[in-house]
Amino acid sequence: MRSMVNKTITGIAPSGIRKFFDIVNEMDDAISLGVGEPDFDTPWRIRDEAIYSLEQGRTFYTSNTGLKQLREEISKYLERRYQLYYSPSSEIMVTVGGSEAIDVALRAMLDPGDEVLIPQPSYVSYGPCTILAGGRPVYIPLKEEDDFRLTAQEIEDAITDRTKVLILPYPNNPTGAVMEKADLEAVAEVVKKHDLFILTDEIYSELTYLEKHVSIAALPGMKERTVYINGFSKAFAMTGWRLGYACAPRELLSQMLKIHQFAIMCAPTNSQYAAVEALRNCQDEVDKMREEYDHRRRYLMDRFKKMHLQCFEPFGAFYIFPSIKEFGMSSDEFATELLKSKKVAVVPGTAFGDCGEGFIRISYAYSLEDLEKAVDRIEEFVNELRAGKAEKAAE
Amino acid sequence: MQEKILNYIEKNSRIDLHELAVILGEDEAAVLNCLEDMEAKHIICGYHTLINWEKAGVEKAKAMIEVRVTPQRGTGFDKIAQRIYNFPEVSDVYLISGGFDFMVILEGKSLREIADFVSQKLSVLDSVFSTKTNFILKNYKEQGTIMVDVPKEERMKMSL
Repeated sequence: MRSMVNKTITGIAPSGIRKFFDIVNEMDDAISLGVGEPDFDTPWRIRDEAIYSLEQGRTFYTSNTGLKQLREEISKYLERRYQLYYSPSSEIMVTVGGSEAIDVALRAMLDPGDEVLIPQPSYVSYGPCTILAGGRPVYIPLKEEDDFRLTAQEIEDAITDRTKVLILPYPNNPTGAVMEKADLEAVAEVVKKHDLFILTDEIYSELTYLEKHVSIAALPGMKERTVYINGFSKAFAMTGWRLGYACAPRELLSQMLKIHQFAIMCAPTNSQYAAVEALRNCQDEVDKMREEYDHRRRYLMDRFKKMHLQCFEPFGAFYIFPSIKEFGMSSDEFATELLKSKKVAVVPGTAFGDCGEGFIRISYAYSLEDLEKAVDRIEEFVNELRAGKAEKAAE
Repeated sequence: MQEKILNYIEKNSRIDLHELAVILGEDEAAVLNCLEDMEAKHIICGYHTLINWEKAGVEKAKAMIEVRVTPQRGTGFDKIAQRIYNFPEVSDVYLISGGFDFMVILEGKSLREIADFVSQKLSVLDSVFSTKTNFILKNYKEQGTIMVDVPKEERMKMSL
C-alpha cells in the first residue's frame, strides 16, 4: 500500500513537550509552571454574554469575516489604542484564535521558496506554518545580551533575495521580551529598505509591564506592509473560546478570506458575541489581571535574584526565561531532572528553537501561593546541583 | 503608593512586609511607614478574617433588619444610629436611601437571640417606629469571596 500521508507534514517534528506532559500527568503532586494560558477565569460579564447569545438562539454561522459588531469593536479598539485605523468592512477578519490567523496569513502571502525570517526563541507554529505554506523558514537566533530583542543588523544579516516576510513575535513567548518604539523603528527601516512584509503576532499586547505596547503597524508607512494579528486568549483569559483576528491591507485580506472561508467558514458565533462585550466593557478586568501578573513577575524576579540564577528582566507576556547554563546540563536534562526529583514542571527553552538551549521557560500564570511552593522546590534543586558541583570540584 | 497597598491588602492582609514591597516594586521601609500611617489615621480599620462558620460547624444566625425611624431635630440620624451601633450584637449599620432608613446587620447565636434583640432592644427605641427582620438563609458570597464550593475546571498541565 502507498503511504497515506503527505511528505511535508511527516518532516515536521511534533511538539517538544510531549514527554513532560506525559510525566506530569502521571504525578499526583507535581506543580506545573509549564502552562501557556492565563489562570484567570474569563470575566463573568463575557461569559454571561455568551450564555445570553445561546438563549437568544444565536446558533448560526456569522459572515465569513466575522460579526459586523465585532469587527467594528476591533477597529475602534485599535484606533483608541494605537491611533491605527482598519476598515471593519475590508481590512479585518475574525479567526479561530491567533493561530489560524498566522496560518492563513502565511498561506496567502508565500509563493514556493519564499523565505520567512523567524526570530527565535518564539512560539512554535511559525516555522511549521511557513513550511506548510510552501515557504522556507530562516531562523534568527536572539541573544540574551540584547534582552532577546530583534536588531536591525540581525535582519540585515539574514536577508536574501528570496526573503519576503519577517515575523515579529512581541511581546514574546517564551522569553517575555518586548520591543519598544525605538527598537521597532529600526526594524521598520530595514523592512522598508528591503521591501519586506511583516507578520506581527501581538497576542500578548495587553500584557506589558514597563510601558504600553507599541505596534509596528502604527509606525509611518508600515500599515500597508503589515499583517497585524491579535486575539482574545491572553488579554481576556479566553483561550478555550478560540477567537482571534487579523488586520491587513484589503488586497491581502481578501485573499486570506478565501482560505478562511474554505477551511473554517467562520469563527464560533457565541465566542464572537462574547468578544463584543469583552472589547466594549472589560478594560478594567484586563487592567486588574495585568496588575496581578506584574505582582507575580516581581516576586519571581526577586526570588531568582536571591538564588543568584541569571535571568534578564522580562517586561511582557507571563513568562520568565532564566539561564541554566551554569549547571552544565542541557535544558531538556535540567527540566527532566527538576520534574523527576522535585516534581516541578517547566518547559525547556529548546521547545522554542535551538537557540533556547541553556534556558527554561517559567510561566507565572499561577497564583502567588503556587509560585511560592514551586520556587521553593526549584531553589532546593538549584542548591543541590551547586553542592554536587562543589563536591566534584573538591575531589 | 497608598492606594496600591490598600488594593492589595484588602484581599490579602496576611502577606509579609517584605513580599508586599517586592510585588508592589516599592521600598520596604516606605511600605512600612505608609502602613503605620494608615493605621494611625484609621484608614486601615483592622485586619479581619473571613470565616465560613457553617463549615466550621459553629451555629450562627444573621439577619438584615430594615429600620424606619423619626430623625431628631439637631442631630438627624446620627444620634439614633449611635444608639443602635453601640450594641455589640450589631455588626453593621448603614443609612439607606429608599423605603427605609437604616440597614442593621445583626449576628447572634440563634434566630431566637436575634428575635429577642429586635423586640427587646431595637424596636423599643423611642425614635424607631418600625422594623422588618430578614433572616439570612444561605451565604453565597461575602466581601467579594464566593462562600459556596464550586468545582474548578483544570487547565492542561502543560502547553506552549
